[in-house]
Amino acid sequence: MLLQQVVNGLTLGAVYTLIALSFSLVMGILSILNLAIGELFMLGGFVGFSVIAAKFPLPVALLAGMGAGALTAVVIGKIGCEPLRNAPPIAPLLSTLGFSIILQNVVTNVWGSDPLQLPSEMFDERLTLGSLTIGVMQIAIIGITIVLVGVLAWLVQSTSAGRALRAVAENRDVARLLGVSAGRMMMYAFAISGALAGAAGVLISLHYAAITPYVGVDTGLKAVAVMVIGGTTNVWGALLAGPLIGIAEVLTVAYGGSQMRDFVVYGLMILILLLRPQGLLGGARSDLGQRV
Amino acid sequence: MSTYYAGLLADIGILTLGALSVFVILATNQLSLGNAGFMAIGSYLSSFLTVEMQWPLTGAIVVAALAASITGIVVGFPALRLKGIYLAIATLGFGEMVRSFFLVFTPMGGAGGYHGMHHVALGTIWIWTAGILLAILLLERSHVWLQMRAVHEDETAAGLVGLNTTLIKVGAFGLGAAIAAVAGALFAHHHVYIEPGNFGFERSIDFVLAVILGGSTVGIGSLAGAAVLVLLPEWLRFIADWRLAAFGALLIIVLLTRRQGLLDRPLLARLTFRSARA
Repeated sequence: MLLQQVVNGLTLGAVYTLIALSFSLVMGILSILNLAIGELFMLGGFVGFSVIAAKFPLPVALLAGMGAGALTAVVIGKIGCEPLRNAPPIAPLLSTLGFSIILQNVVTNVWGSDPLQLPSEMFDERLTLGSLTIGVMQIAIIGITIVLVGVLAWLVQSTSAGRALRAVAENRDVARLLGVSAGRMMMYAFAISGALAGAAGVLISLHYAAITPYVGVDTGLKAVAVMVIGGTTNVWGALLAGPLIGIAEVLTVAYGGSQMRDFVVYGLMILILLLRPQGLLGGARSDLGQRV
Repeated sequence: MSTYYAGLLADIGILTLGALSVFVILATNQLSLGNAGFMAIGSYLSSFLTVEMQWPLTGAIVVAALAASITGIVVGFPALRLKGIYLAIATLGFGEMVRSFFLVFTPMGGAGGYHGMHHVALGTIWIWTAGILLAILLLERSHVWLQMRAVHEDETAAGLVGLNTTLIKVGAFGLGAAIAAVAGALFAHHHVYIEPGNFGFERSIDFVLAVILGGSTVGIGSLAGAAVLVLLPEWLRFIADWRLAAFGALLIIVLLTRRQGLLDRPLLARLTFRSARA
């Protein structure tokens, strides 16, 4: 029973990890809290859903969801964030909020506000290991998440574009003096961030075999908590904090009542902010320049 | 006056107070995304006092505002450790914690909500709104306000010239929380039914939006922003299903072209036929 809950928590945590990384890319590199990411996640879910409903295989749906997320994120960055680069941080925060209002409205008008559902037998194969049953989709979610995090870590840490990204995060002006196109890097960060959110949307909607236009806000805010707990300076922080929060949430629902879970998650986030603002796996205190 | 317009006016009054609660905190360069939490405290406490204890509304509002103010001060101290976007995230977490607390707090109805309050007259709502707005306008002309502006512009410099920045920042949180609690108490006694879902993240965001749209540098901007935020979706009814998208687009346009909001000092000076000094 406990082990079963842990597996369920890991699945949820994997999705949190992806969205938290989506937040933390934009946050860590540009210091912008992109509130539209929750809706990019929701949009990715709807696109993935439509592709699956049109009888395409899962990888195509995943790529379509990621593409839609990336494209929309670049539009948001180009219109809503780049012109506000020198404004106080509240301005881009609110312009991304404007985009999230638009996205939710557009999706509601295109797909309707009723939940979309897949025929339940579609991804319902389950494996039984003793008393433990694991859905095939759960394994797919955890596997795809690990692959995506690995790819992201490689992109950020080992490619020249990743080095440029980190240079811009460290010091935008110096990076520009050294010949890094800060504007292009900004769009690059937005695109990867959108792709991650889109992928998370496809995965969760197929896991539950249902989606509504209103899933974005709740999951998005939860992912912000995961980002803070894991730390924004390190890709592996979210990989640790996502499953941690996922398992904590599932266990609270199982043993403490479903209403307590938000209290636990946000309480943990505030505790981390006060006691260890750089996050569980955050680096040295010198990383704290912009927050404390 | 039809009930339709009375309802809109009541919404404007309550939202103005909510916006002012954000405005006061923002004046010290702290962005709060959790003021719906203070509103929830004011809402639930005042309803408890009027329904269970048979208190008059005025007394209940004053006590609720004081209680929320103390909570605001308690929140304000740890908030000193955080800046900018991380402070905003922490207050967001606070708001969500208060909301989920009332979800499990069964003595006040839990997820089922709470009712039994007596409906408050539109006039009473606006007496409170006008009174608090006037107090803020007076505050804006006071010496305290100059100190708050100083903290807003440069906290280190403000500390170096001998201002008590801790007191100013924490005090702003206390004052903002009290105003949000008044908004919550009026909300509860206007709708005569409350549930935790009324005080979620969207509510906190509404407050911030009203301040930013109306003008984040002048107190009267909160009133303008609240009016725009309530009336605009009504005026946009002719585009039916797309009005929220239009609203989002408008928000982005305002941010891109007029970041300080609709009202600012030069515009106010021109509107009142005074030459813009300084």
